[in-house]
Amino acid sequence: MPNNPLAEIRAGFFAECEELLETLHDSIAALNVEAPDADLINTIFRAVHSIKGGAAAFGYERLVDFAHRYEGVLGGLRTDHSLITESMRLMLMQASDALEDHVESARGATSPPTEGDSILAELQMQLGQVRDQHDQDDFFYQPVALDLSTLGVETAAWQVVFAPQGSLYSNGNEPLFLLRALRTLGATDICCLTEGLDSGLAEFDPMQPALSWRLSLPAEIVEADIREVFEFVDGLCVLTISRQPRPDPWIESATIEVIQPSPEANPAPSPRQKTDTIPIVRVDLERVDRLMNLVGELVINQAMLAQSVADAGIAPNSPVMTGLEAFTKLTREVQDSVMMIRAQPVKPLFLRMSRLVREAAISTGKQIQLITIGEATEVDKTVIERLTDPLTHMIRNAIDHGIEPPAMRLAAGKHACGTITLKAQHRSGRLMIELRDDGAGIDRAKVMRIAISRGLIAGDSPQNENEIDNLLFMPGFSTANSISPLSGRGVGLDVVRLAIHGLGGRVSIQSQPGEGTVFTISLPLTLAVLDGMIVRVADQTLVIPLSSILETAALEPNDVRAIGSGLSVLELRGGFLPLFDLGVELGFRAPIRHDDGGIVLLTRHEDESRSALIVDTIVEQRQVVIKGLHRNYGHIHGISAATILGNGQVALIVDPTDLLSRPPLPPSDMAIAG
Amino acid sequence: MALTILAVDDSRTIRDLLKLALTREGIVLHMAEDGASALSLLQDLTPDAIISDINMPNLDGFGFIEAVRRQEKFRTVPILVLTTEAAPELRARARAAGATGWIVKPFDTPKLVRALHMVVGRVD
Repeated sequence: MPNNPLAEIRAGFFAECEELLETLHDSIAALNVEAPDADLINTIFRAVHSIKGGAAAFGYERLVDFAHRYEGVLGGLRTDHSLITESMRLMLMQASDALEDHVESARGATSPPTEGDSILAELQMQLGQVRDQHDQDDFFYQPVALDLSTLGVETAAWQVVFAPQGSLYSNGNEPLFLLRALRTLGATDICCLTEGLDSGLAEFDPMQPALSWRLSLPAEIVEADIREVFEFVDGLCVLTISRQPRPDPWIESATIEVIQPSPEANPAPSPRQKTDTIPIVRVDLERVDRLMNLVGELVINQAMLAQSVADAGIAPNSPVMTGLEAFTKLTREVQDSVMMIRAQPVKPLFLRMSRLVREAAISTGKQIQLITIGEATEVDKTVIERLTDPLTHMIRNAIDHGIEPPAMRLAAGKHACGTITLKAQHRSGRLMIELRDDGAGIDRAKVMRIAISRGLIAGDSPQNENEIDNLLFMPGFSTANSISPLSGRGVGLDVVRLAIHGLGGRVSIQSQPGEGTVFTISLPLTLAVLDGMIVRVADQTLVIPLSSILETAALEPNDVRAIGSGLSVLELRGGFLPLFDLGVELGFRAPIRHDDGGIVLLTRHEDESRSALIVDTIVEQRQVVIKGLHRNYGHIHGISAATILGNGQVALIVDPTDLLSRPPLPPSDMAIAG
Repeated sequence: MALTILAVDDSRTIRDLLKLALTREGIVLHMAEDGASALSLLQDLTPDAIISDINMPNLDGFGFIEAVRRQEKFRTVPILVLTTEAAPELRARARAAGATGWIVKPFDTPKLVRALHMVVGRVD
């Protein structure tokens, strides 16, 4: 049955394979053999690499083996573009077709195709590659049966059907409150059943309950906890609590179109027929985005209408106002519902990672435990989907390069078992993901040696510790002494950084030699609205995210201390905070004296540091709709997006952390190996 | 908004225990020592929930609950009864009078607070 986490992850892997294969085909088709594009070759390489990585997690030995050899061929092409010819491009196409056959054979558990082997052999010969020793000797994969008990998950979720009787209401019980209490037990999928209303208005008795609910709760909940919630209404309702094979709520909540297998309509099994067909939610993301945008417009429109009505001085109890209130409420509900389509807990992502860690621990002979924190943290579905690859790479890197073998750990006075901590939380209106390992940390001398030997940096350029750590994000950088089947040939941290940037996020490394490494990813929630404070500065209207404002205060000129080179600090309750004029920082005005006051916003940044921002006035606090600027303007220092205010005016949304940070290091994307 | 609760019990000890347990949770607690005085308190008070003992002088718990439920403004107010033992027939009588739920004495503070929060819909 498909209703267990493993089957879901596996189905997800094959869906991902389809996308990757499509990318692979498109990229090979787009390859210009005269002047091969390095990015395109990297994309091709990574597609095969990703398929290999996922296949290894499920123990699809033949698929891994084929992808591994194919990757070897592509690695050769990546280092020397001049080897690419038109005939070779066709062979790459054939090899990709063979890879697709291998994927299908893994999916359908049929015997794998063999024709691809000769193509690979031919490619290897043309590239002058001796057969990779790994293929013959030490590259093998030991499939490991998944033990569901280690996931602490039973296969069947709880299904609760709850139909209140009239006496439930007359005794002061409220179904909504019971549902709320249930939700504290775990992610609850709630479906309201309205059959009681089907008989129509003539038959409708307002004194009789007409609604009932069907709920699905995570399998790991204890039945007694569910029963406790219903303790007071026992006998006042019809209640059934059972374990039902049902897809987990986070999958279903994403479903828009339910794909059901229909044997009659499809008598001949097509090669693409899925073995694990679960009601999957396949939504064209563009449609959801379009809906989101429209709802954003709706919210702006509603705000503008409200403003016009207020300006027209219409009486509060007039039908116009009543109608407007209902409209406002509905708009809010539509907005929340649309958000809910996209907001998902990070739990499935983390679940996938815990399996990855177990498998990787076995294949590397290291002892590793994964601690996950904040699984219920919700974030936009796109963000979750696009985090899978970067996180996979980062965890593999942590296992391969961070965590030491048990003997080495013991010698260093550590526990033989390494710990990787994966933590998600909302902070300052962003999603923060922290990946911490207690391994050896970054060997900076080695990183420098390799970077110099690869020509990534000049030998004499001085680098501080942070800059050295960031060299790991350069394409093609790999510090592993030998190529490992796990994290591969230096695909990894460059992919991570590109993917995170693509989401409008940031990634940073902090490492303590001997103590471990911490990767911190900061991502916008990309939920299309934001609670903001509207401020005026230098005749501009700007929005500051409320989440980054700790407090506001009047600016007392006596509390400002100049500390040279145009910098100043604000003395506040005996401490000092760096002080900035928002208008100056954004280039709206030259530095001015603030003798006649102004307002300071005390802001908190993602690294928990604080600073003070001077603005002229505060207009109001309100929710604003985020309108992205990235697509049209790229990254603007200090500005995360824009919004449209109730009066139709466009206002920029300030990102205080970005604004007050040093301009980022120039992107190292240009240093593609080869 | 802090929760406002009316607790009715003739035992000073129980009232003190309730006070200790509930005020610590930030709950605004009003107390009465019998059903009759509780009813008069309710003329000017609209609590979010009511906790009531059953055995009390001057109108017992059943009579008190019935009287409360008859009032339009308290038709859906959650009422929890305090019972000394989990006697099913006492619960049935309390429920017939209109009680929402029950707490067994000696009460377990976290459970009491949880039950209160649930019946008023204040769940985190």
